[in-house]
Amino acid sequence: MIAFQNVFKIYNSHSVALEDIAFQVSPGEFISLVGRSGAGKSTVIRLLIGEEKPTKGRIFFGQYEVNKLTDRELPAFRRHVGVVFQDFRLLPMKSAYENVAFALEVAGRPQREISDLVPQVLDMVGLGDKGKNFPHELSGGEKQRVAIARAMVHRPEVIIADEPTGNLDPFHTMEIINLLLKINQLGTTLVLATHNKDIVNGLNKRVITLDHGRIIRDEEKGKYILV
Amino acid sequence: MITKLSRIIHFGLQNFWRNGLLSTGTVAITLLALMVSLGLLLFGVVTDAAIASVQDKIDISVYFKTSTSEDQVLSIKQVLEALPEVKNVDYVSRDQAMEIFKTEHQGDESISQAINILGSNPLEAYLNIRAHRPDQYALIDENLKNPSIGQYVSSRSYSENQLVIDRLSRIISNVNLGGFALTIILALVAGLIVYNTIRLAIYSGRDEIGIMRAVGASNFLVRGPFMVDGILTGTLAAVLSLIIAAPVLSFLSSKLGGFVPGLNIFQYFYTHIFGLLGLQLLFGVGVCTISSFLAARRYLKN
Repeated sequence: MIAFQNVFKIYNSHSVALEDIAFQVSPGEFISLVGRSGAGKSTVIRLLIGEEKPTKGRIFFGQYEVNKLTDRELPAFRRHVGVVFQDFRLLPMKSAYENVAFALEVAGRPQREISDLVPQVLDMVGLGDKGKNFPHELSGGEKQRVAIARAMVHRPEVIIADEPTGNLDPFHTMEIINLLLKINQLGTTLVLATHNKDIVNGLNKRVITLDHGRIIRDEEKGKYILV
Repeated sequence: MITKLSRIIHFGLQNFWRNGLLSTGTVAITLLALMVSLGLLLFGVVTDAAIASVQDKIDISVYFKTSTSEDQVLSIKQVLEALPEVKNVDYVSRDQAMEIFKTEHQGDESISQAINILGSNPLEAYLNIRAHRPDQYALIDENLKNPSIGQYVSSRSYSENQLVIDRLSRIISNVNLGGFALTIILALVAGLIVYNTIRLAIYSGRDEIGIMRAVGASNFLVRGPFMVDGILTGTLAAVLSLIIAAPVLSFLSSKLGGFVPGLNIFQYFYTHIFGLLGLQLLFGVGVCTISSFLAARRYLKN
């Protein structure tokens, strides 16, 4: 489903972000990308969602060759992916309901479908009663749950979560991870980038470890191990 | 497509309303720019009226020998009226000239006595000629020198007033040119101010553009609401500019009327209100929409 083939990202001779990255992700998998800050996790995510282009190599996502997508083609591609960011990236002038609905609106879904789906998904993430609240009226955990609801509402094939718990306390962290696990159990592929050792060790899922822009370990049911 | 358009309009209106302070600021700056543009338009009207009033006072007279018959003068009048430079020609016969002379010197006994002593009318018939523009008098005067006309002419006033007419012609042409240049410069400045205001407003929303793109919104869907905001801002500013201008012009109208005879700027404003609204909308909506389009473009990469 997702394939990185010998991907390099070199900003300049002193700044090599990724070096010869190659891995594949099968449908329904839950993988954790781990590594220290600056290891290259976020670069992998940015390349995967087409925010950046690789210097060398190819990236496949389903029928898309992401590295070849033009600015015009990117929006349609991104509608197949749900992305959750560390800083939530909610639209501040839209309510929780409107933020979730926006993912469906950009996909051109009819209003009736939006009116049916959004409350269901908000209920699923435990925010059924917070639909009218604006992001500044929500806690960090609630904002991240809105972001997850937005990422999953259009039933994407993959959800990519880039440090989704980075700004949360341990209680909300577990809440979000459990939610992501639940989504994965429903069949959605999940790519989680994190440097939280406890989360990764508790998941007992596939772990790809990055260090200095290289993959140093790729294990089924792996652990967070850094040498 | 209709769903997409209706969503764009909805998002634009929603942004405009929810970013109330920012929207008010943008409308206020656009309003100021439109007041400048309206001011320039009306300044042009006042200048044109002032120039027309000065031009109206300029004419040249051609006096005919007393031996020239009225038919000959009238046929010359027809020839002159056919010239493209000529706006109108007034014929004053010898008798009318005498009447005018008498009226002008009504209280002067010595002149009345002198006329009575002469017994016959010594005054010449003449034609008052008005050109469309002051710089056309030289050309008309050239025609008067033509022997077919010149043989009947005793004197022409152009040669006597040439210096004044030429000077006025230069002043009028400079005022027109200066007014045009001022209009272009100030309109450009006003446009740039509006563009920068909208650019700043969109800059403050650049993160939101990034979020929309990350969620999969197309450029059209991201840019559209900003353009709806631009249309709304331009429309509101255009309408407000006329609402504010009306009482100001009503107050200024009587004062300007004394400065330029026959000019009623409020009357002009009132009778041309739809034309002015159209121009204000064209400028306001045009500048705001183009500014929004251009300013949003730089954040639509990746």
